[in-house]
Amino acid sequence: MKTLAVAQGVAWRTLHNVFTNPSLLIPSIVFPLFFFTAFAGGLSRVQNVPGFGFPDGYTAFQFVFVLLQSAAFGGVFTGFGIARDFESGFARRLLLAAPHRSGIVLGYGVAALARWAVTVSVLTAVAFAVGMHVGGSGVDLFGLYALGLILNVAALLWACGVAMRFRTMQAGPVMQMPVFLVLFFAPVYVPLSLLQGWIHGVAVVNPLTRVIEAGRGFLAGSPTEVGAAFGAAVALVLGFSLWALRGLRKAEAAG
Amino acid sequence: MHAFADQVYLLARRSVVRTARQPANVISPLLFPMLLLAVNAGGLKAETRLPGFPTTSFVAFALAVPFIQGALFATMNAGTDLARDIQTGFLNRLTLTPMRRLAVLGGQLGGVVTMGLVQAVVYLSVGLAVGVHVKAGPLGILVLLVFAVFVALGFGAVGALAALRTGSGEAVQGLFPVFFVFLFISSMNIPRNLMEITWFRDVATANPVSYLLECVRSLVITGWDGEALALGFGITAAITVISLAFASWALKVRMAR
Amino acid sequence: MMAARARVALRLGFAGVNGQAIEAEGLVRVFKKGPRAVDGIDLAVASGEIYGFLGPNGAGKSTTVHVLTTLLPPTEGTARVAGYDVVREGPQVRAAIGAALQEAALDPLLTGREHLRLQASLQALPRETRKVRADELLHRVGLTEAADRKVRGYSGGMKRRLDLAMALVHSPRILFLDEPTTGLDIQSRTALWDEVGRLARDEGVTVFLTTQYLEEADVLADRVGIIDHGHIVAEGTPAELKASVGRPTVEAMPADPADRERAAAILARFGEPCRSERGVAVRLESGETDLAGLVRALDAEHLKVEHLQLHQPSLDDVFLAKTGRSLEGAAEEEEERARGGLAMEPA
Repeated sequence: MKTLAVAQGVAWRTLHNVFTNPSLLIPSIVFPLFFFTAFAGGLSRVQNVPGFGFPDGYTAFQFVFVLLQSAAFGGVFTGFGIARDFESGFARRLLLAAPHRSGIVLGYGVAALARWAVTVSVLTAVAFAVGMHVGGSGVDLFGLYALGLILNVAALLWACGVAMRFRTMQAGPVMQMPVFLVLFFAPVYVPLSLLQGWIHGVAVVNPLTRVIEAGRGFLAGSPTEVGAAFGAAVALVLGFSLWALRGLRKAEAAG
Repeated sequence: MHAFADQVYLLARRSVVRTARQPANVISPLLFPMLLLAVNAGGLKAETRLPGFPTTSFVAFALAVPFIQGALFATMNAGTDLARDIQTGFLNRLTLTPMRRLAVLGGQLGGVVTMGLVQAVVYLSVGLAVGVHVKAGPLGILVLLVFAVFVALGFGAVGALAALRTGSGEAVQGLFPVFFVFLFISSMNIPRNLMEITWFRDVATANPVSYLLECVRSLVITGWDGEALALGFGITAAITVISLAFASWALKVRMAR
Repeated sequence: MMAARARVALRLGFAGVNGQAIEAEGLVRVFKKGPRAVDGIDLAVASGEIYGFLGPNGAGKSTTVHVLTTLLPPTEGTARVAGYDVVREGPQVRAAIGAALQEAALDPLLTGREHLRLQASLQALPRETRKVRADELLHRVGLTEAADRKVRGYSGGMKRRLDLAMALVHSPRILFLDEPTTGLDIQSRTALWDEVGRLARDEGVTVFLTTQYLEEADVLADRVGIIDHGHIVAEGTPAELKASVGRPTVEAMPADPADRERAAAILARFGEPCRSERGVAVRLESGETDLAGLVRALDAEHLKVEHLQLHQPSLDDVFLAKTGRSLEGAAEEEEERARGGLAMEPA
């Protein structure tokens, strides 16, 4: 009960800051829209490459990537807030006030999800407004958004672990760069089958590839590799949960 | 004249040393553009199979991007450093010396210009190492390096202007997303004539960053293209002159306070 | 007064298992590649007591507070706060204490009222009482009018007061205040002292207060522990500590320098002469009760005195006696004391 009260307080404060501060809110909404525009708009000719074979067009193809990317970066942005709290000393106040400190991580998680819910709503609305074609059913779409949600939590836990170990905003690139690399070393612009050379080798073993390919399958109404995708996403959450909780212990030990 | 050169040299030296002593300011502009090049060159290689694509090597096509992206990084760092000088009062101290305004500005930009040259050499070396052939030959490489320095100076002046107007490092950093948008809504990943969506092509055509990219790209994959070079150098010159003029005015206003 | 406070505390059930609110034995905290910030501290703070922890910067005051508030685990030793072990029973300790740390870590984007409601939520106060408690505390620390302004516009004193209010949200039994008045103007400092005194007196709250201001420890604390280099070098009530280093001195400056020897002879009747840079001085044999007689003696001898000053032994003298060094910042306080202290015109 007390853990939930702590989580509620932390989530409220994080969301209050984000939604009353345009410099925090706008980038998390505008950047996914911008990537969606730049990729789906600028590179649409790529669907003409022989062997591309995605039935719902390049806009839908890129929508899935941008949706998952926004989920991951939503988690990372919340991690920035945690690092900022440590730098300013506010996190110490939370550590001191919270009888049960796991509620702090839970609160940040709830905030990350709520923040992403806003971003993905706007992104979805814009995608439908520009005529994105969807082949999948409601259940398929639920699968796509569920993958995004799990990815959001995984990224938040990753960033949370980093923030609690470094406890400074200087750690921003450490949170961001691996997420960026894992996302972009996946089939971003073309399906996996069209990737060649070293990037194909990396993409095959990249867990995010399964998530992205399954997401595109959901949108097209022909789900593929669903078990592998959810398995990979849940494994990331479990692994990063341990990472984040150990980070919390390190932060506690450092005072 | 000798005193002026001496003043510029002293401040430029400080600017270079300061840049070199902040590893993040050196590593980020070298590492991130190379990562983006690797990611895009791998992911978009299939694009070379589109009819009308100007080269069979996507790395050669995309090599222009780090030159512009790196200059953006350097701009942010230069602007942030100058803003810090304002915040810490170092600029005020300079105003109490007989140092000339232009010397202050020129010196502050010394670091960004040096960094621009170092970055260009690194990007070019990486490109050559992975098999890119510069079509315009050794003279083209020289022109490429001059252009890179010129772009760094022009963008650096924009960063300096932002720092002098706002006096805030955060405000300068806030410019980064704006530059980023300019970069992505350009011919960065695909030639303009292959853009399928009309409005996107129109925006890319109106975007000056497209011409900076195409200037570098022409030297690498086309050879000597007078129009691309003239547009690239012309636009950079315009950015530089306008930004320097406004930055000089902003410095005058700030020094008069 | 302290006994009365302790009775309030015991009546309200604020004491630990053996009547001590804070206990520590052999407490040590060593930082990686750093000094032994806390080096074997023993503490016993009774319920309802105001305990002043006095020492210069870097003495180990804040590290001790961090260990006692569960923010930092000790390297060695044990500590119990409100009867709970700070290592094994962290949640129970945190539920029992309130703390205003050295840096008033507040969120510049939240208002004062929002801070208090957040703190109430973190402390799991019932939802229906959060607003009332926030309003009550805002009123108590004088921030009602500024309650809905963002904290980034608050002055240093307002931030400190809000910090104190946040520490009190859940009515803690024990309050830790880490240099609460550093950087505050005299008016804000006095207001904060009044509130801390009231908390201990009326509500039986145990207060553990660190400070580098001698006057603060003197005015507020029932007992003072003086810390230096991680060790407690002296402990007791302010009066006990001062008495331990000797009796007060009187310093006189004759209006005519030629009268210096005559003045020295008169002063010598009242005690043992001691060093004075400006005039002549004596350590009063019977304490400050000798002062009136000394003034009368000077007057009887028609000796004009330009300046006469009574020097009480200060906690700085205690610090000096125990460590051989003067407490940092003591000079500033001495100046303040001289301005408002006993500076008499010639008799």
